Amino acid sequence: MVPVRPGPFVSDCGVFPMEWTSYLAPLSQGAWVTVQLTVYSTILGALCAFVFGLGKLSHNPLVKGISVAYIEIFRGTSLLVQLFWIYFALPIMGQAIGLDLRFPPVVAGVVALALNIGAYGAEVVRGAVQAVPKEQYEAATALNFTGRKRLWRITLPQAIPEMMPTFGNLAVQNLKDTALVSLISLGDMAFRAEQIRNFTQDSVTVYTLVLFMYFGMALVLTACMKLLERYVGRWRAAGR
Amino acid sequence: MFFGIEWDTSSQWAFAVSIFPILLHGLVVTLQATVVGFFIALILGLVLAALKSAPTRFIRWPAKLVTEFIRDTPLLIQLFFLFYVLPEFGLTLPAFLTGALALGVQYSAYTSEVYRAGLEAVAKGQREAARALNLASARTFTHIILPQAIPRIIPALGNYLVSIMKDVPVLSVVTVLEMLGVAKIIGDRTGGYLIPLSMVGGLYLVMTIIASFGVRYLDTHLPKRGLSLK
Repeated sequence: MVPVRPGPFVSDCGVFPMEWTSYLAPLSQGAWVTVQLTVYSTILGALCAFVFGLGKLSHNPLVKGISVAYIEIFRGTSLLVQLFWIYFALPIMGQAIGLDLRFPPVVAGVVALALNIGAYGAEVVRGAVQAVPKEQYEAATALNFTGRKRLWRITLPQAIPEMMPTFGNLAVQNLKDTALVSLISLGDMAFRAEQIRNFTQDSVTVYTLVLFMYFGMALVLTACMKLLERYVGRWRAAGR
Repeated sequence: MFFGIEWDTSSQWAFAVSIFPILLHGLVVTLQATVVGFFIALILGLVLAALKSAPTRFIRWPAKLVTEFIRDTPLLIQLFFLFYVLPEFGLTLPAFLTGALALGVQYSAYTSEVYRAGLEAVAKGQREAARALNLASARTFTHIILPQAIPRIIPALGNYLVSIMKDVPVLSVVTVLEMLGVAKIIGDRTGGYLIPLSMVGGLYLVMTIIASFGVRYLDTHLPKRGLSLK
């Protein structure tokens, strides 16, 4: 009689070291979701960081107020609170005001991650822009640069390389934070790990594997951010 | 009903008022987890920092690798790992302690860097002067280096205390009834997520604003030139 295997991951002879390879397919599926989430939310988060970081430095009280409020709210509350709020509470609020604010988990996840990391990034942008020596503004003004040109050609090229080391840390932070979206049933790596554990009860192997996969992804991400850091700072090396 | 407290769904205000004490129950758990996790992080961080400055690289390098590994992996996975793996080795901790331990492990990587940076920030001349004055190295550390390092270390640790508080909601996945978990359950049972989740956000905002004032106070009021340990 051929023994019937009860599930894709369950073997009838207990846990064997051979078995962990069968976890790799679902886990790498989840890893791809994690990578996409990280990339999208980091890019969107960087955008938020620049918009609100520069907004906080604006002389317009409305722009400044909105930026400060955004930064304080998203830095002052927990990411999971924000994620749950956007996913569970926002649709109810939408109902009350007659809008359909029900987002699929992917959108809610990316938006929450981006807004959260963007708030941390905004403070970095503000700090780096403020750290550009004042003479640079004065010189640009003396040379009759327009405000926009002064920002794009003088301030940001000097400020961005200063931001990069912290941005690298924030990108890794964001990668780690993507694990939380599994809690709104998005099929990322953490979600797949939990599924496999439920099937097999083989928690040691699954979670060790996933920890190493996250570690590997973080190392790759750090290397990418280092390359980007060199790229945006290349004018410095050329100037010396 | 939750924690023996009924909620009143007759109006939104009544609902908000009636669930407030329930959320406060959760808030207490959040603060407890924060404090316990922070203490574990302080101690583990000290161990990691000591190992990372060990005289032999056979201890130093593994310690650095471990710190990097802890720092680069998500709290959620570390929490699941501890929650499901520790019992397999015969160590069954209550969910709360497992959660606090996960927080402590995750943040020990950060606190160990704080210690290291704080000690390294003490001017090199101080060490040299102590040596010139013929102070023993243990005495140099406790009487010269530490008093100057501590005012730099404490505000940075305060920032991580706030971060830990913001990470406590993750513990709700292993059935710890902290504030967000409580709000989520209220939402699940009544269908009204908006009010409890917004209240949790508001309470978090209040707590972090208070905490950041505290950190700023410490930062400006600790004597930068050194804290007398006597």
